[in-house]
Amino acid sequence: MRPQVTPPSSLDLGRASSSTKKADSRHGHASTLLDVAAIEASAQEHRHSDAHARPIPWVTGRVGAVEALDVATPTLAPTQTPALVEPAPARRDPAAMALAERAATASLNAALGIDEHADFAAVPAGSVPVAGAPKAKPKKIDPKRPGSGIPARKSIQTLVWVRRFSQVFFFGLFMFFLLKTGFRGSFAANQGEAIRLPYPVEAFLLADPFVATMTVFSTHTVYRGLLWSVGLLALTLIFGRVFCGWICPFGTMHHFFAWIWPSNYGRGGSRVEANKTHGYQRVKYYLMYAFLLASLAGSAIGGLFDPICIAVRAIGLGVIPALQYGLGRGLSEVANVPVRPVQTVADKSQDFLATTVWQSHQFYFHQTWFILFLLIAVLFMNRFIPRFWCRVLCPLGSFLGVFARFALFGMEKDHAKCTDCNLCLVNCQGADSPQGGVKWRQDECHMCLNCETACPEDVIKFRFLPNRKSSIQKPDLQRRTLLATAAAGAASIPALRIADSLDANYHAKLVRPPGAVEERGFLERCIRCAECMKVCPNNALHPAFFEGGIEGLWTPILIARIGYCEHSCVLCGQVCPTGRFRKLRKIRSLAVECRRSRSVPPSTIMGAVYRGRCRLRALYAKSFARRRRRRFGWKKSRRKSVKRPLVPPVKRRR
Amino acid sequence: MEKAPETNPVSPYFSRPTRREALVRLAGAGGVLLGAGAVSRAVWDRGGIGAAVSQHSGTTRDFRLKEGPADFAELAIAKGKADEAGKFPVVEELVRRAVDAVGGMKHFISRGDIVVVKPNIGWDRTPLHAANTNPEVVAAVVKLAYDAGAKLVRVADGSCNEANRCFQKSGIWTAAYDVGAEVILPAEHRYRTTRMKQEVLDEWPIFTPLVDADKVINVPIAKHHNLAKYTAAMKNWYGVLGGRRNRLHQNIDTSIADLATFMRPTLTIVDAIRVLMRNGPQGGNYDDAREMHTIIASIDQVAADAYGCTLIGQHRDNLPYLAMAHKRGIGTMYWENLKVREV
Repeated sequence: MRPQVTPPSSLDLGRASSSTKKADSRHGHASTLLDVAAIEASAQEHRHSDAHARPIPWVTGRVGAVEALDVATPTLAPTQTPALVEPAPARRDPAAMALAERAATASLNAALGIDEHADFAAVPAGSVPVAGAPKAKPKKIDPKRPGSGIPARKSIQTLVWVRRFSQVFFFGLFMFFLLKTGFRGSFAANQGEAIRLPYPVEAFLLADPFVATMTVFSTHTVYRGLLWSVGLLALTLIFGRVFCGWICPFGTMHHFFAWIWPSNYGRGGSRVEANKTHGYQRVKYYLMYAFLLASLAGSAIGGLFDPICIAVRAIGLGVIPALQYGLGRGLSEVANVPVRPVQTVADKSQDFLATTVWQSHQFYFHQTWFILFLLIAVLFMNRFIPRFWCRVLCPLGSFLGVFARFALFGMEKDHAKCTDCNLCLVNCQGADSPQGGVKWRQDECHMCLNCETACPEDVIKFRFLPNRKSSIQKPDLQRRTLLATAAAGAASIPALRIADSLDANYHAKLVRPPGAVEERGFLERCIRCAECMKVCPNNALHPAFFEGGIEGLWTPILIARIGYCEHSCVLCGQVCPTGRFRKLRKIRSLAVECRRSRSVPPSTIMGAVYRGRCRLRALYAKSFARRRRRRFGWKKSRRKSVKRPLVPPVKRRR
Repeated sequence: MEKAPETNPVSPYFSRPTRREALVRLAGAGGVLLGAGAVSRAVWDRGGIGAAVSQHSGTTRDFRLKEGPADFAELAIAKGKADEAGKFPVVEELVRRAVDAVGGMKHFISRGDIVVVKPNIGWDRTPLHAANTNPEVVAAVVKLAYDAGAKLVRVADGSCNEANRCFQKSGIWTAAYDVGAEVILPAEHRYRTTRMKQEVLDEWPIFTPLVDADKVINVPIAKHHNLAKYTAAMKNWYGVLGGRRNRLHQNIDTSIADLATFMRPTLTIVDAIRVLMRNGPQGGNYDDAREMHTIIASIDQVAADAYGCTLIGQHRDNLPYLAMAHKRGIGTMYWENLKVREV
């Protein structure tokens, strides 16, 4: 049996509101444990649906700490005398623990109107159970676990490991694609083959619904591969923000650094405190809406904050070239050591790095120190606020958070069983209030499942179609702030553009990549993801600093002093996820070349047959005619010429 | 009992260091000074690069055969003639004919040699543009070298355009890989700064895979060059250099002669299957190239260039670098004086 007098670590009614505090003082601490009347009274006072738990500090005014009705056990209550305190039941006595919990759960659940958990179907809902009622299925007790020692479900323990592997896998995939974002050539390729990248290196950006939505708002079309983002949206609608916890490579970086970098004052109680829901977490929603309105006003500037864009930009333009510089210089020094084996090892590792990790020569990027500095700064913030980026700034996370409210998968909690041990908060990633007594925040949760694995009291359950009584689905935003920030986002674009740089005083160094669409269309599409700069084989494309004003920050520019543009190269157009390059460029340049050479003699070189006129010329003439027709409105077909393969099959030739 | 240190009458807080302490301090200062002196002496560069260059004559990488030529031709020209059906002989056969005329590959390559084949892979152009060496010629040379007993044949060049694109589009990567050669693309770490001590080439980064070998076969393409008028064998050694070699074009003739002085190949095989007649060295227009179906093989790179320039209608007197090389004794620009065979 649970003792009548509260042991220091057991469940209690807390001090969520002033009224319960009064009740607290009236009844005294010890007697409030199972005082159904007090709970009912407080429930009467708060008819608001989530009144039994008003955890949100920006509602209660107590910013920085989440308080709830049924948490916060005072350890030194004045009414509590040592004589009244009986020793707690033996911690490892499962029967006593289970019985005590049964009693506490049932009565409190009944008082709060929360249905019994399905696992305890043996106890009829709503009825006060007989003390010592048999438990449905006794669970195996893990002696190393704190509290009741009931382990988490096997499925959840497995899923946590699956999640970890998924994080490693997707981060690896992202890095693989990033390293493959560069032309390295192939001995297997025929000379006549068009130069293309073998992998869809921009895949993560194509699956990014925030990018897709921005470009839909600015261009009113879903560009080609961005349709993949619907898939990620669907995933969110089923499982919530699993992208943040399971897939996002930038999120994985933060997860990792928040794990290995907690400061000395980021452990224990302050860590638990840091992982509670805080008011600053709403910033990301306001940012996201501001960016969406900015793209409605004609600029996809939100790419500055998109996590995938940041990861590509910072790792591709900062980390990799910096590593190349450092390692390259170091290994060159090692190769000068006059010992043959040492030289061989240094040379071989240089060969390996040059052919797999980076390219054969050092890449430089315009003012990239700033990009690198921001990356380090945002990673360093994990020392102070774990997963600072994901919780506070990430617009993709907040975009998914908006849709997470429809998620079919979610958490339900058995508040009454919570002993307020806060173990669930120790490794909480999203700061989504997994602890008992407060409502779980579905829009903030990264679905990492750490809380359920940590919970020793069987309080937290993730399941499909969960009971929503103990959760809040939609983001908790203030309407006025939302309207103000969104309006600011919309207004920022005209404000930035009446600065002279776009129309009147074009910067001489703002040379856009070849084949780029007209500047306004360019700004509508460019998400500053830096894929084109990473892929440029000649190191000609660079992130603009302030050449294009603040709006043009990190958009690509061509700096011919560093590298030249190979006019037959179309890799920047191939990797661009949002299509700010025209696709006809390659065909046109080849066609011009072929038109000059009408008198090519028939010849066979290396098995490739070149006979008579160039087939590309015929193709070009056709596509040109189609464009002419389209211009005059004869035919409404769009993009047919784009979809045609670069070199049509032989039978199409004249 | 320890004796109290002597106190200064001016201030009781001041005490003189003991003799031991003073000696330790003096020894410390002296040691640092000696160490600095020793390190400085060890890494002292007396006069910089210029002083070192002026003291020595130029260095070379000589891969020629030591023994004099037997009764083989010193300059062989294999010209493909069209048969009745209008078909030209395959490239491989032309190469074999030319090389056999100068003694055959076995004459040049010993069993177990590491052989470097140095084609021109400078440009992001297809073989049809005739800016790079024909891949079939390269493949034929690699095959011949392997047949002659080479342990390893390496194909490498330092490209002007982006190297991956050049190697892929020239077709040489595939062709050389298919016949078993090791293809090495230029990368920064494969260059070593070397003192060449030539007239304009003092100290330059050298593409090491090209010079770390037992035998080197130069396989250039004959083509027009808008500065040097005609280039093939000697100019092909630009591919050895790294760094900002574009500045060498200010004094292109001297630098070509310098490079030819530095690099002495075992054999030179000039590809004139398809010759770029104008707008060289990069070309870009199919019409600028003309089919010639010719392979020139020679042990004298100067003579090979002196003969080759006639293919595009040039004369050796118009090419200053030939005269320079002739004067330096690298070879002869009067190719008629050599044993010439046309096969």
